[in-house]
Amino acid sequence: MTSEIVSAPARTQAFLKTLYGVTDGERIQRCLQCGMCSGACPYGYLMEFPPSRLITSMRAEEIERVLEADTVWLCLSCYACTQVCPQKIPLTAALMTRTKEELLLAGKVPTELHAALENSQRYGNVLGQSPRKRADWVKEAGAPVRVLGKENPRTEVLWYVGDYVSYHPRLQAVGRAVAKVLNALGVDFAVLGADEVSDGDSQRLAGERGLFELLAEKNGKALGRVQFQRIVTTDPHAYNAFKNEYPALGIAYPVQHLTQFLAEHLEQLRPHLTREVKAKVAFHDPCFLGRANAVYEEPRAILAAIPGVELVEMAHSRETSLCCGGGGGGMWLDGFHWEKAHARTSEWRVQEASAAGADILAVACPYEPLRFEDAVKVVPGAGNIVVRDVAELIAESLTA
Amino acid sequence: MNIVVPIKIVPDLVEELAIDASGAALDNSWLRLIINEFDDHAMEQAILLKEQAGGQVTVIALSAEGVDDILFTAAAKGIDRLIKLETEEAAALNNHALARALAEVIADLKPDLILTGVQAHNDLDGSVGPLLAELLGMPYVGYIAGVKVSGDGALARKEYPGGLVAELLVQLPAVLGIQAAEKPPRYVAVSKVRQAMQTAKIDARPCPTLDPAGGLAPLRLYQPEPAERATMLEGDVEAVSAKIVELLKNAGVM
Repeated sequence: MTSEIVSAPARTQAFLKTLYGVTDGERIQRCLQCGMCSGACPYGYLMEFPPSRLITSMRAEEIERVLEADTVWLCLSCYACTQVCPQKIPLTAALMTRTKEELLLAGKVPTELHAALENSQRYGNVLGQSPRKRADWVKEAGAPVRVLGKENPRTEVLWYVGDYVSYHPRLQAVGRAVAKVLNALGVDFAVLGADEVSDGDSQRLAGERGLFELLAEKNGKALGRVQFQRIVTTDPHAYNAFKNEYPALGIAYPVQHLTQFLAEHLEQLRPHLTREVKAKVAFHDPCFLGRANAVYEEPRAILAAIPGVELVEMAHSRETSLCCGGGGGGMWLDGFHWEKAHARTSEWRVQEASAAGADILAVACPYEPLRFEDAVKVVPGAGNIVVRDVAELIAESLTA
Repeated sequence: MNIVVPIKIVPDLVEELAIDASGAALDNSWLRLIINEFDDHAMEQAILLKEQAGGQVTVIALSAEGVDDILFTAAAKGIDRLIKLETEEAAALNNHALARALAEVIADLKPDLILTGVQAHNDLDGSVGPLLAELLGMPYVGYIAGVKVSGDGALARKEYPGGLVAELLVQLPAVLGIQAAEKPPRYVAVSKVRQAMQTAKIDARPCPTLDPAGGLAPLRLYQPEPAERATMLEGDVEAVSAKIVELLKNAGVM
């Protein structure tokens, strides 16, 4: 026992050192213990060590206690803590993610998370689907989607589709909408097809850095074989990976989220938006579009361009947006979260949409239709709310 | 405690299987291979025993595409020794030939305990465990979900249908067919697997003679054919319920 007590400060020091390795990680020393982070965290009230307390434990050189607790897996990597920190400490990117990494390396991972990580490793997608079938949805897209290959390696816009849109039946509908919109705009676009693998960003934020690098290498190689002007992603997590994480691994390309691309082409798009979508629409800011990357106006601008749409705001909006519960591994920890919290942030969010009088809850991340459509079924009085990706609403408004 | 875990590498059913030109074997060209799920549990159980009681765990596999990665992953999880038996014939192998080759190698390792998956989805001629036990002259118990070792005996929890569980004391050395490890197989970080690729060594050696005698050789493989036997029942809940009851009565199950 004595040796453990002696080694505890050393372990804390070693952990701290790795935190300083993350961009701005040394700011952790400036923590004022104001507690804003733990208060802003949607699950902070359930964590044994929410961010501010985690820092206290490190200052007391008691990191061992933190690494014995499992409540850091409640962290949704939603950046709510980082957003409110007056000292601008990278709480999500450094503190919470490093803690998960440490637990994962020690093999202390909730069993529920195994499948998504193993599937990503083995098949290149979290859903455990055949990698050969990644582009099969294209045949049913209803609009032409070109798949790049040796024969035709060039395109202007490379659409990075992502796991869920490639494989999940509900999100393939989003894929069909994007295909329709890009075709209506006359954009030269194409997809990587079976050479595309998961962007890995949510796996990274669930503590699996090595897996993230493995997936990034594969995407990097696939991107290196084709020629394009820019990447457009359907998924804010992929956007975040390409914009903020891949460049450090030598994979650097101009990238936009679909909502940014459409906002840029709004004047070309506007004449095509002739069908009315008469509804009150609340836009849910995805964490990795909003707080993590400060994209707030573009999705609202394109929604406002749809005739008939009346934009309404929910109680938590823009910088204070409430996570759908899918980030940071949350997408694959639903049972774990329910066991700990007996609540779902997606249900809180749908309550807010209902209170705002929204007919449609508009989203821009593939995690969200699944989570919010489930929530709509169980939140009293919210049964009539329709959940639609921004791309789906645009597609609906297009001239036939 | 010297534990040996022979593992089988089997076709991954995530890809659709195709039959080759001979009509009697799977088409290997698109085949993706994976560790037999039950063998993964056998490996986990072996690591759990090692963590509780000390000892050494050896994993043995026949050469196949991707087997090195499977062995390095095993090393990252805590397996001490990796043996790869090199052969060109692995794909067409039956379990009789596999068990004979494994028995020859395992006999020299003088194990206290052999843990192997209770079955694999491509077993056509019995599972590997009992064949191996017979060849090595050891007792065998299958459908095991939990093992404790004390002295020269192993206390094995055997699962029976209907939720019954028996605890059996087995004299060592013995072969146990693992249905499930006490805990789900652990996740090992990719960085640890990559580390194992640098540090762990695979003991690659020629596979002993493969003798398939006593096993089965498939004459022809068939794809399951979709049949149109479903009948849609029409009407309201009452009418549909009445029809279901009638159908079940006619089928003699009600």
